[in-house]
Amino acid sequence: MSLIEARFRATLGEFSLDADFSVPTRGVTALFGHSGSGKTTLLRLIAGLERAPGRLVVDGEVWQDDARFVPTYRRALGYVFQEASLFPHLSVRANLEYGWKRVPSRARTIQRDEVIDWLELAPLITLQPHQLSGGQRQRVAIGRALLSCPRLLLMDEPMAALDADARADILPYLERLHRELELPLLYVSHALDEVARLADHLLLIEAGHLVYQGPLVEGLTRLDLPLAHRDIAATVIDAVVVAHDPALQLTRVARGAISLELPGLHGSPGAPLRVRITARDVSLALAMPRQTSILNLLPARVIELADDAPGQVLVRLALGDTVLLARITRKSAQLLNLQPGTPVVAQVKSVAVA
Amino acid sequence: MSLIEADTSAILLTLELASITTALLMLIATPLAWWLTHTHARLRAAVTALVSLPLVLPPTVLGFYLLVLLGPQGTVGRWMQQLGLSTLPFTFAGLVVGSVVFSLPFAVQPIANAFAAIGARPLEVAATLRASSWDRFRSVAVPLARPGFLTAAVLAFAHTVGEFGVVLMLGGNIPGQTRVLSVAIYDHVEALEYADAHLLSAGLVAFSFLVLLMLGRYGGHWQRTPA
Repeated sequence: MSLIEARFRATLGEFSLDADFSVPTRGVTALFGHSGSGKTTLLRLIAGLERAPGRLVVDGEVWQDDARFVPTYRRALGYVFQEASLFPHLSVRANLEYGWKRVPSRARTIQRDEVIDWLELAPLITLQPHQLSGGQRQRVAIGRALLSCPRLLLMDEPMAALDADARADILPYLERLHRELELPLLYVSHALDEVARLADHLLLIEAGHLVYQGPLVEGLTRLDLPLAHRDIAATVIDAVVVAHDPALQLTRVARGAISLELPGLHGSPGAPLRVRITARDVSLALAMPRQTSILNLLPARVIELADDAPGQVLVRLALGDTVLLARITRKSAQLLNLQPGTPVVAQVKSVAVA
Repeated sequence: MSLIEADTSAILLTLELASITTALLMLIATPLAWWLTHTHARLRAAVTALVSLPLVLPPTVLGFYLLVLLGPQGTVGRWMQQLGLSTLPFTFAGLVVGSVVFSLPFAVQPIANAFAAIGARPLEVAATLRASSWDRFRSVAVPLARPGFLTAAVLAFAHTVGEFGVVLMLGGNIPGQTRVLSVAIYDHVEALEYADAHLLSAGLVAFSFLVLLMLGRYGGHWQRTPA
C-alpha cells in the first residue's frame, strides 16, 4: 500500500522533470540527488508550493490532477525547510501552536505536550526565535510541523544549514521520529551518511529524472546505479545488539546468521542497531584466513562484478538475506577468478554505526 | 475671528486633514502595495510609475488636473452631479481627495518595501501550517511589515501637514474649511506679518524634525533571525 502516488512531467525553463513514483505508507523515504537535480522541486510540487502538470494522490485523496489543485493550506502535510524559518514576530510557543491552532480540535491527531516532551522543547517555550541556536530552531520547526497534525512529513535537507554539533543534536530526534511515530517521512538530502542512517526507502533523482525507487540497501549497492560507485559507497545492515564486551570495548550485533563485532559500546542488548560497511573496507579471500587482525570474516557469495575506478572492480556479495559491497583491484579479481556464484570470505576491516 | 483664533483653526484643520488622509491612505496603500509586491502582471510597471508620479510632479500640476477632473465640467465632477452630489473643489472633502493622491507614494513605497523584504518563505511556511491566503496576510505579512506601516503612516501624515500647492489649487483659502497651516503661513507673509509667519513656520519645523527623529528611532526593522 502506497501513501503517495505521484507523476509529474514538466519543463521548467532549462530544467526538465520526469518523475513517476510512489512512497510507502511507513518509514523514511530519502529523496537523494545532487544539488540542482530537482529533488527540492519535487518536494515543493508535493506540497503544492510549486505547480507543474501531473497527478498526485496522497493517502487516497487526490491533491492534484488535470481538474484539481488542492492549495497547500488544505493539504495535511508538515514541511520542514532547510532554514528553520521560524516566524520572528512570534514566541517559540506561538510558533509551535501556529499550525496546531488551525487544525479543528476533533481532527488533532497529536498532543501538544507530547510533541513538546518528545523534542524536549519545554525549556525553550517562552523564548523568542532569535534567542535559539541553529539546532534548537530546527527542533522547534520540526515540532511546529508535527503539531499541524500532518499525514505526511516532508523535510528539505533540514540539517544542511547546521554545523556538525547542531547536526549531532538533531539526528537522534529524527531517528526517534522514525522509530516511534507512524508518520511517513519524505526526506530530501544530498548527504549519503544521513540517508544511510535514516532511510528505509530510496528515491534516486538525477537531472530531473528518477533513476531508482525501492529499498535502501538495493539502491545503495546496485552496481548499475551511481551510489555504489562513489568513493564512500557503503551498505547498511539493520542488526540487533547481542552482547557487549566491556573489557575489550566491543559490541556484538547480529542479523540472522551474520554476526559482527564493532569497537565501542552501543545500544543495549536486544536494541536495533543499523551498522554501515564501506566498500573499500571489505576485502575478499577464497578460504577462511587464520591469524588475521580482521575480526569480521563472513562467508558470502559473489552476485555480480562491475568495473569501477581505473584498475578497480566492485563486487556485490550476497550475505544471508542482505548484501555487501567490496571494492578490490581488478588484478585481485582475476587472481581469485571471481565469477557470479563464487563462494568467498568477506574480510570486513571496519564496521561503523550508521 | 481674531488672528490667534484663525491660526488655531488652521492648525486644527491641518491635523484633521492629515489624520483622515493617513487613515484613508493606509486602507488604500496596503492592498495596492500587496498587489505591487506579488503580481506578475505587465501592468505592474505602469502602476508603479503612476503611483510615484506625485513624487516628481509640481503639486500645482497635480492640483490643477484634480481641479479640472473634479470640477463641474470634469468627468468625475459631472458624474457626481448626476448622482446629486456637490462637486469637491473648494471643500474639505476635496482637500482629502487631493491629499490622498499627493501622499500616495509616501504610503505605498514603505509598505511595498516591507512586504518585499519579508520574502516568500514565511508565507510558504504559513501555507504549510494550514493558513489560508487571507490568514497568511493577517497573521504573518502584516505583523512582519509593521515597521513599513509605521513609516508609511508617519510620512503620509507629515507630508500632508506640509502640503501647499495642491491645497491652493484645489481648496483655495476658505477659513475653517480649506485654510490649512501652509496657506495660513503664506497669507501672513503676504500681509507682511512676519512674526506670525515665524511662529507657525518654526512650529512646523519643530514638528517635522520630531517626526523624523521618532521615525529614525522607532521605525527600525524586526531583528531578522539568521537561518
